[in-house]
Amino acid sequence: MDMKTIYLLIPLAPLFGALVAGLFGWAISRRVAHTVTIAGVAVACGLSLYTLNYLLHGGASYNEPVYNWLTINGVDFNVGFLVDKLTAMMMCVVTFVSLMVHIYTIGYMAEDPGYNRFFSYISLFTFSMLMLVMSNNFVQLFFGWEAVGLVSYLLIGFWFKRPTATFANLKAFLVNRVGDFGFLLGIGLVLGHFGSLDYAAVFAKAPELKDATITIFAGHPWSLLSLTCILLFVGAMGKSAQFPLHVWLPDSMEGPTPISALIHAATMVTAGIFMVTRMSPLFELSDTALNFILVIGSITALFMGFLGIIQDDIKRVVAYSTLSQLGYMTVALGVSAYSVAVFHLMTHAFFKALLFLGAGSVIMGMHHDQNIRNMGGLRKYMPITWITSLIGSLALIGTPFFSGFYSKDSIIDAVSTSHLPGAHFAYFAVVAGVFVTAFYSFRMYFLVFHGQSRWMEAKPHHAHADAHHAPAAHGAHAGDDHAAHGDDHEEHHGLGPNDKPHESPWVVTLPLILLAIPSALIGFFAIQPMLFGDFFKGVIFVNNEAHPAMEELAHEFGGAAEMGLHAFAGLPVWLALAGVVLSYVFYILKPELPKAVGKFFSSIGVTKLLENKYYMDFLYINVFAAAGRALGTVLWKVGDALLIDGLVVNGAARLVQFFSFVVRRVQTGYIYHYAFAMILGALVMITLWIGIPLYGAMH
Amino acid sequence: MTWTSLNAGAATPEIFLLIAVCAVLLIDLFVSDAKRHVTYLLTLGALAVTACLLVNGLAQPPQLAFSGMFVQDPLAGVAKLAMVLGAALVFIYGRAYAEARGLFRGELFTLSLFSLLGMMVMASAMNFVTLYVGLELQSLAMYALIALNRDNVQSSEASMKYFVLGALASGLLLYGMSMVYGASQSLDVLTIAHNITAGGANRVLSVFGLVFIVVGIGFKLGAVPFHMWMPDVYQGAPTPVAQLIGTSSKVAAFVFILRILAESLQGFAPDWSQMLMLMAVLSLALGNITAIAQSNIKRMFAFSAIAHMGFVLLGIMVGNPYGYGAAFFYSITYLLTSAAGFGLIMLMSRAGFEADRIDDFKGLNQRSPWFAFMMLIVMFSMAGVPVFVGFFAKLAILKAVVSMGLTWLAVYGVLMSLIGGFYYLRVVKVMYFDEAEDTHPIVAGIDARAILSVNCLLLLVLGLMPDRLMYLVTAAITHSIVQM
Amino acid sequence: MLTLTHYLVLSAILFAISVFGIFVNRKNLIVLLMAIELMLLAVNMNFVAFSQFLGNASGQVFVFFILTVAAAESAIGLAILVVLFRNLRSINVEDLGSLKG
Repeated sequence: MDMKTIYLLIPLAPLFGALVAGLFGWAISRRVAHTVTIAGVAVACGLSLYTLNYLLHGGASYNEPVYNWLTINGVDFNVGFLVDKLTAMMMCVVTFVSLMVHIYTIGYMAEDPGYNRFFSYISLFTFSMLMLVMSNNFVQLFFGWEAVGLVSYLLIGFWFKRPTATFANLKAFLVNRVGDFGFLLGIGLVLGHFGSLDYAAVFAKAPELKDATITIFAGHPWSLLSLTCILLFVGAMGKSAQFPLHVWLPDSMEGPTPISALIHAATMVTAGIFMVTRMSPLFELSDTALNFILVIGSITALFMGFLGIIQDDIKRVVAYSTLSQLGYMTVALGVSAYSVAVFHLMTHAFFKALLFLGAGSVIMGMHHDQNIRNMGGLRKYMPITWITSLIGSLALIGTPFFSGFYSKDSIIDAVSTSHLPGAHFAYFAVVAGVFVTAFYSFRMYFLVFHGQSRWMEAKPHHAHADAHHAPAAHGAHAGDDHAAHGDDHEEHHGLGPNDKPHESPWVVTLPLILLAIPSALIGFFAIQPMLFGDFFKGVIFVNNEAHPAMEELAHEFGGAAEMGLHAFAGLPVWLALAGVVLSYVFYILKPELPKAVGKFFSSIGVTKLLENKYYMDFLYINVFAAAGRALGTVLWKVGDALLIDGLVVNGAARLVQFFSFVVRRVQTGYIYHYAFAMILGALVMITLWIGIPLYGAMH
Repeated sequence: MTWTSLNAGAATPEIFLLIAVCAVLLIDLFVSDAKRHVTYLLTLGALAVTACLLVNGLAQPPQLAFSGMFVQDPLAGVAKLAMVLGAALVFIYGRAYAEARGLFRGELFTLSLFSLLGMMVMASAMNFVTLYVGLELQSLAMYALIALNRDNVQSSEASMKYFVLGALASGLLLYGMSMVYGASQSLDVLTIAHNITAGGANRVLSVFGLVFIVVGIGFKLGAVPFHMWMPDVYQGAPTPVAQLIGTSSKVAAFVFILRILAESLQGFAPDWSQMLMLMAVLSLALGNITAIAQSNIKRMFAFSAIAHMGFVLLGIMVGNPYGYGAAFFYSITYLLTSAAGFGLIMLMSRAGFEADRIDDFKGLNQRSPWFAFMMLIVMFSMAGVPVFVGFFAKLAILKAVVSMGLTWLAVYGVLMSLIGGFYYLRVVKVMYFDEAEDTHPIVAGIDARAILSVNCLLLLVLGLMPDRLMYLVTAAITHSIVQM
Repeated sequence: MLTLTHYLVLSAILFAISVFGIFVNRKNLIVLLMAIELMLLAVNMNFVAFSQFLGNASGQVFVFFILTVAAAESAIGLAILVVLFRNLRSINVEDLGSLKG
């Protein structure tokens, strides 16, 4: 097999599985459906690993179009693959996590009536994500971008009978529209000014256009590259849930948990990070854009972490930690440490997928009760879930020698060396973020796995209520939750007074174990080659003179082991430890303390601010959406209904119809009229082409 | 003159088809009514062999035959393949329809094949004599075909109208040809072109003849104001015959126009280009506007065909291979689209029920979602909705028009297509949103169903990948039309 | 002395008469068929005249083709007329108007 065949096979294998499970889902058994899709993803995963290995051993990168879709005015719209080490790494992460999630789903969705549909969707997602990362041009990138979005919406609304799920679905869709709007404008600028949609051609031309400007408002010329990069990044803000377009991600937890792990933690939401990294030759040329990215990332990293502290729904805690970690990656992009961002993307994919799947396992053990206040002491009942979740949490907070430590610490170091105007704020945000992360992660960990078992006191059938402490518009639905739910299963129940949690079946725990291994180890082994070796040579472009972060990091770096030891001399590790200790005190030693502290924060209004998620939803729903609706209503009533429909559309239609019935009369049905029309036509033509010219010639 | 100097090999498909028609005619005499499908299969077999011969001929370089009266070139080859395909679809879709109405007789097959032979001769003719003879062979067989349903008043009325107007148009065309003959001193297409460019033709006489020729051509194509026969004939003729007129015959007319205007009278391109523009503008408006008022779907197809031919005229009007290619592409894809449309009407009909009113399509989605979806594809393609092939056909024409600097004309074309969208979408609306009035199950043979499905899906596939066909027709044009 | 112009004018007159015959006649379909024949004859005259004038025989050859086709055309026209008469019981042009609009 030549490499092109392999590259074609990698996305097509999951697509085949998706088609079989999707189109013939009604005809085939569950067993066939999951076998086919898992086989497809396994093939993709195996080939991806082979590709990575091939590239690591000196194999050449691949950058070729494979199919010409259409050509307009000399601009090609191709399907093409660019497979270099960045792509190969992304392919491995995507297919590996996807494979784990596929296996996990067998256990998690066992009772669901939409089993085959679910497998079809996640395989389709894998295909779309692979198309996105393997693309060598903007068209295919956009295709993958929208396709992963589509599957994401489908899966958020997987339990479409649940009003909250459809609301979350709509929200994700609308917020992503905002991002995609920017993204599409960015691609438009690229096409307009670079004359090509091919990465290589665009990057080659970028330095020429470094100083080009574009005037949108007369008298204010803007840097073309900055504008393009910021617009592209707006797309990334939507997809990677960066402030202020982050609001859809917590709500996306309405989808089944395997999806949260695959799409809303490990892969799709990192598409924005990947995209910016891929575009590094463009972004490197614009300090303005980098600064913008840096500030957005810092805000996300810190402030989303705070929200994690007050969540009681186990999935929402993990969701907010995802937001915060995405913020970290964005910060790394902002200081031109693209390789660090991608490195964190990779480690995060493993440990966050692990945490989500662990949370899912807990939810199964608790019979679909998601409230961590109803848990406690689960380590006795769910030992594998417990150990793996602990590994995941340790990785997340950056415990030395765990994978998360290497990536996160590198980000913090990179920020400290940056000279961009926003770097000080960013440094503060990422360092403070360490403490916050450690606190809420271990708050969740202690509440779930340690302390007293509380499910006996918990009132069943109330489990879901606080998943919906949402703004008025959809809070109204919370009341009629149960009436509307019908036959889906990830809700109500909870454990009865005499039930005990139980460990999950092997299809659930096996992925946990397999994910725990890289969560713990991959940082140690990968940091040297990925950050300081030549893994990304020729893939990521960094202007070392203007943005020396990576150079300085490399200068200080003395090996993975040394870095781990050295960490104890730095601030972040101690902050993390402080967070852990504080949560231990709050939730194990003195459980009455949080209430007292909470009371204090309530009195100064902080709690309310956090509970309302900084009023972002309120702003969007009651201000933007409401104003939009009001404006829309006015335009509809006056503009559309009255002027356009009444006068233009219906008026024109009536006019045309009137003509139609008049002209119809000409068709009398009599031969002599028909013949007369023909002769008349001939006479008119003779007059026009013979008579008039002759007359003109004579006079 | 020997067999070799005649170069009769260039006409192998026509010669074969002629022999095959005679054979079908003879064999049919000995076939009883119960075994009429033998004739049907023989006919399809003859078409298949003809198609193979045509494909074989495509590979050969252009060559003249019969002392320059006949040409075998890629333009003729591709067009003839399309016509043969169109005729085959007529038989396949029309079989059940004809059987239910007692039209499944030898005459249907032999006359259709003779008509097809006429079209093929038209496509390959390089002399006014062969052009005329091909045209008449096609028309005479068609007159008889329309009246095939002997006991139907509408059929015979339509036939008589077509006959009288067709004869009038032939007369005008011949009169024009005689003028051109007088002016250019030849009947041979290439010699005429040569004499005109050499300056040896009287301009007034030639343009006088040109007007009459354009009238005859306009009649064949159904361009306003020479279109009056179309709605009546579409409505009155048995549906398979209407399909033959609406599909293969339009492609033949297209090539016929190229032979006369683009090859022999290209010296007067500025003049005929203006004339075609006038007809195109009128056709686009009248076809689209009048179609709105129709309640009979065959009649609606006729008016829509008038509008579509307006587009073809726009392409030819451009007067360069680019425009001809776009118009050729349009003709061929229109053949596929309208064949599918007629096919759907026929498959939905049954004995005593024509399914030719728009109301007959009410609630089709409830009765048969697949049929409704097929009809949706046909309607969308005709309306020029993107992704379907009709869109690319229109786009190519409009691009050619814009490249000529006539942006207003392209805008006008788009505007008229928008009006056209109204009546196509009305059919879609009726199918999907109205309650079914007719609850009879749709009975159609599996062969016809399968081929119809392939035909409709082809409209979608060609819309997604138009470049192959576009390349083929453009290459056929550039390798055939001799530019002086 | 008869010149080419004379022939052309004559044939133009014949042609015009036949055209008028087609759309002025509102009574008898047979007259229509006759008008069509006349029209073809006018064309033939044109061809012969040009052929003679140009000293080029192909025009006269064309005339033979036209004559042959005209014969076939009349045959088919009359056949359609018979079919029409069977159904309509009339050969009045004005009765031929059920398809319209």
